[in-house]
Amino acid sequence: MTDEVVFLLNGAPVRITDQPSTRTLLDWLRETQGLTGTKEGCNEGDCGACTVVVTDAEGSRAVNGCILFLPQLNGKAVRTVEGISGPDGQMHPVQAAMVEHHGSQCGFCTPGIVASLAAAHTNGETAFDDVLAGNLCRCTGYAPIIRAAEAAASQPVPDWMQTDRDAVSVLDAAPLPFAPTSSDELADWYAANPDATLIAGATDVGLWVTKMLRDLSPVAFLGACADLKTIREDASGLHVGAMVSLTDLHAAIAPRYPSFAEMLRRFASTQVRNAATIGGNIANGSPIGDSPPALIALGAELHLRKGDSRRTIPLESFFLDYGKQDRDAGEFVEGITIPAQPDRLRCYKLSKRFDQDISAVCGCLSITVENGTVTDAKLAYGGMAGIPKRAAHAEAALVGQPWTEETVRTAMAAYGQDFTPLTDMRASSAYRLETAANMLLRYFHEDQGTLSNVLEVSA
Amino acid sequence: MSVHKSLPHDAAPLHVTGQARYVDDIPVPANCLHLAFGLAEIAHGRIASMNLDAVRAAPGVLMVLAGEDFDEIPDCSPSAHDEPLLSDGSVHYLGQPLFLVAATSHLAARKAARLAQVEYEELEPILTIEQALAANARFEDGPRIYEKGDVDAALARAAHIIEGRIEIGGQEHFYLEGQAALVLPQEGGDMVVHCSTQHPSEIQHKVAHALHRPMNAVRVEVRRMGGGFGGKESQGNHLAIACAMVADRTGRPVKMRYDRDDDMMITGKRHDFRIDYRAGVDAHGKLTGVDFVQMTRCGWAMDLSLPVADRAMLHADNAYHLPAARITSHRLRTNTQSATAYRGFGGPQGVLGIERVMDHIAHTLGLDPLEVRKANYYAEMGGKAGVNVEEGVEAKGAGTAHKISSGTGGAKRFGGAHSPEPMEAGQQTTPYHMPVTDFILNGLTAKLAEACDYHARRAAIAEWNASQPVLKRGLALTPVKFGISFTLTHLNQAGALVHVYTDGSIHLNHGGTEMGQGLFQKVAQVAADRFGVPLDRVKITATDTGKVPNTSATAASSGSDLNGMAVKAACDTIRDRMAEFFAEQYQTKPAQVRFADGMVHVGNEAIPFDEAANRAYVGRVSLSATGFYKTPEVAWDRIVGRGRPFFYFAQGAACSEVVIDTLTGENRILRTDILHDAGSSLNPVLDIGQVEGAFVQGAGWLTTEELVWDDKGRLRTHAPSTYKIPACSDRPRVFNVALWDAPNPAETIYRSKAVGEPPFMHGISVWSALAEAVAACGPNYADLQAPATAEEVLSAVKRARG
Repeated sequence: MTDEVVFLLNGAPVRITDQPSTRTLLDWLRETQGLTGTKEGCNEGDCGACTVVVTDAEGSRAVNGCILFLPQLNGKAVRTVEGISGPDGQMHPVQAAMVEHHGSQCGFCTPGIVASLAAAHTNGETAFDDVLAGNLCRCTGYAPIIRAAEAAASQPVPDWMQTDRDAVSVLDAAPLPFAPTSSDELADWYAANPDATLIAGATDVGLWVTKMLRDLSPVAFLGACADLKTIREDASGLHVGAMVSLTDLHAAIAPRYPSFAEMLRRFASTQVRNAATIGGNIANGSPIGDSPPALIALGAELHLRKGDSRRTIPLESFFLDYGKQDRDAGEFVEGITIPAQPDRLRCYKLSKRFDQDISAVCGCLSITVENGTVTDAKLAYGGMAGIPKRAAHAEAALVGQPWTEETVRTAMAAYGQDFTPLTDMRASSAYRLETAANMLLRYFHEDQGTLSNVLEVSA
Repeated sequence: MSVHKSLPHDAAPLHVTGQARYVDDIPVPANCLHLAFGLAEIAHGRIASMNLDAVRAAPGVLMVLAGEDFDEIPDCSPSAHDEPLLSDGSVHYLGQPLFLVAATSHLAARKAARLAQVEYEELEPILTIEQALAANARFEDGPRIYEKGDVDAALARAAHIIEGRIEIGGQEHFYLEGQAALVLPQEGGDMVVHCSTQHPSEIQHKVAHALHRPMNAVRVEVRRMGGGFGGKESQGNHLAIACAMVADRTGRPVKMRYDRDDDMMITGKRHDFRIDYRAGVDAHGKLTGVDFVQMTRCGWAMDLSLPVADRAMLHADNAYHLPAARITSHRLRTNTQSATAYRGFGGPQGVLGIERVMDHIAHTLGLDPLEVRKANYYAEMGGKAGVNVEEGVEAKGAGTAHKISSGTGGAKRFGGAHSPEPMEAGQQTTPYHMPVTDFILNGLTAKLAEACDYHARRAAIAEWNASQPVLKRGLALTPVKFGISFTLTHLNQAGALVHVYTDGSIHLNHGGTEMGQGLFQKVAQVAADRFGVPLDRVKITATDTGKVPNTSATAASSGSDLNGMAVKAACDTIRDRMAEFFAEQYQTKPAQVRFADGMVHVGNEAIPFDEAANRAYVGRVSLSATGFYKTPEVAWDRIVGRGRPFFYFAQGAACSEVVIDTLTGENRILRTDILHDAGSSLNPVLDIGQVEGAFVQGAGWLTTEELVWDDKGRLRTHAPSTYKIPACSDRPRVFNVALWDAPNPAETIYRSKAVGEPPFMHGISVWSALAEAVAACGPNYADLQAPATAEEVLSAVKRARG
């Protein structure tokens, strides 16, 4: 074991021993390496100016360099805008297209846009609104950037973008002492260091460093725990490891629960979903995390582990109160199980901006109707309380009743007993309460085939 | 001809490869210090005690300065000298810099700045319009009032009175590159300043003032900004001055850049407004008179609030002829960030006021809003426009003697600021008594309405809405007429410096700054065209107060108009000298010497430009020249509201279609068509880029971009996680932008028009379309406010239903 972080930077190996474990890639690139092409726009993973391409054996992904700690890169490859150009300075097809289609004005967001588009280009992804949801541009109105992306899509992937994946396999990166390689190793280490901060994707913890300016110590990086990254399906359901990224979760969910997948498509941004994990989104206990309401509506179970002892609880019982979860010191989230079921789930993410925004209300509703009567209802909400919470009174008003608009409206009237939401900068209390109830009506409308999704309308 | 060509942004290859250098990318000496401000935690009061021991003791800290450490606290204000760099003991807004930390790294400075122990004597903050009015907290001694005709009589006689109120939110610039400055101390106490600013001369002036040194001791250089939008017209002063003060005391290079949250907490934003209106209309929706009261929260310091509020008044008519009008403007002082310049500079707020009136009239009278708009448009004067279009158009590849002629029929409509000449009979004037002679929106609107199939779509949408219980669509077409010129008349000047080297390469410099708008490319196109050489002969160089002095901010959309003309003048001076030299050599007249195709054509000879340059040098011809330009004709009196503040009007129209969800208020822009007047565009693709970007920014202002302050005066939306500018998918699904291709009747550079700000107001079409969609929900006037967030749309839906 060694403290040496080893990765490929624009194709060349770098070995880092002199940097704090919470040094961000962005700061290191700009301040230590003098690679100033990658920009800082917000330092919290919301603008994408710092986007770089990270490649490992699984493939290439765009991530935000501002909330990526150097040890997370151990054994991987990073390409910055400088390395997205070819070794002889030739432009990548997306770079050339961005020039040709006038995709840059002030140019400051451009390196991040190029990195996001280059990662998508490598992977053959063409849903550019999703690819770029995490890259803000204030100048262009995005239209020329999309024209550039579309023009570059037909160009072949340059050779230099394809070498990293093989090169990382021969990189002699050793495990880091603070980066366990299995759940067992993590369990031992965490039991011995119960005050440590566990770092999965760092999309939340990153801000503790860059915005709250906290010194975190000790820390453990979980990215090397391969057995926590598995997704397995059997007759009982879908078993998802805590370190599965939101991107990989999306792929697994899409064929089974398409509305959940559609919500995950709007969950943060491509860069954040590439780094963030399902375990992190649960364990941080946020009342506005988007995956817990969906998982609660699906009746998901949470698997916790402390040392050698494991327990399984309903996910909804994990959230005790604002900032308080049913988790012992030294105990960590090992995974979740989503029980197999017919898909009745609809997820409604309501935010000020459609993409890459924290929900004002996230309503995830699963209502089972048999012979015209509601037999089960799980109405789970984020943003309505200090924890992700079900609308128990509204559920009670539905179950056993005929599946009619009248029943729905009766249940909507019960929301006031279920929730007393906050007023904040995202929404007022009254708006939250009204729209949470309206989501039930929307569910009914959708179930009846009434057009009720603005994304399905075109001019 | 290099003008009127669609060429990419000159720096695009540098942008896409990461080589384009911004202030924070400039390599600094190893001993460079980094600064951070400690910020006030209350909105109003006094500092009772400030213990900075822990700040001083923090790792990496070299120096901590508070107000008391200065004999005279440097002033950062661009106007009233009312913005001390650091608090003088009084606190005027939450986020105000109280002290300054200099440390060995950006992170160390930020960390240390949080360690201060400050105790305050709190006072009740003035946050709202009501509080400011009650306290009579305002700039200037009372409201400004511009008036035309007898409004009260007009309203008394009107068939219908339409009255209401609209609250219009402010807007964070969210330039992607935050504020940044780097000061490199030189020998003898001189300073070189690199700064992300739209106004290098202002930085030079303020830094020199702070150092008590002459302006010639300070040189400011700006290669580019990562976005400005008005937010870097005055808001960079603090950083440059802070760096200079520490550089002066330590002799070390000093850099400061705001973290994004600090940037949003410290710097000013677009002014929010409340506009009350009382309009008289006839049975056809034609205005007979309108009375506007505009209230704006200026924040704690004056900054640029007076000209911003003036411009809001000057755009209260937008495209509409108001037979009688009164515009009353209150500029209120509040304990919030000092609101500042933002693309449109008050114009968008003024325009939204009258567009709201148009929608309200249409709703009340049951008319198509577009018909109401058209009924109120100014008339097109056609050939009667004051300027002879043909006369001013440049002859292509013209000889050296040919210059854009000066003095036309459009000149001297007013003899001076205080003495407008009597109006000709039948002349249409703005509420500030300026004749409108160059109006083109009747024809432009007709063309756009036809191109986007307005009437058929409006009918189809009405039918669709009738069948939909949950979703409703709306369609709106709105115009913009935006006055071009700085309303502070003396700012309408510019300078340039051009060198031709002996190898024929051209070094170009002017007073404008590049913030992404493509100014440098446009101006380089002018220079290349004047010399008849390919564009790659022209090197565009960083804006530098040592090369071109006493410049105006790159603002008011004036960059190309002013600097293009100044560069043209400089180029023509050199060209004239060369022409004279070769005319003599070849026994011909200077006017017979032509510069085209990379050659100097004289007699039967064609001399390659590089050879010609060298021969001129050997012939001892000066190949360096300055150029100067001042906008003709503008003169006005901002106190009485009379005269000609604008050289001309840039115009355009936009049509947007939206869909709303009546259960949540969520909404999408389905389609937008824009026809925009850029005159004879210097570079059509760059202008279209400005139009597309401005539209989306304008739509963001009126939809998702909501600034929220709490009742303590703390801005709660101070990061992109909480303040939502449009993301990629927020642009219209269908987005058609075209330029109205006609020469500017006013004699501008190659008859082009300014394009930075005017298209911002096309975003109003989205807001208006949302109002239409809401109107489809019920019989009542829905009173949609701005920004029309999903929450506001849902509220309006309920108001419509009643």
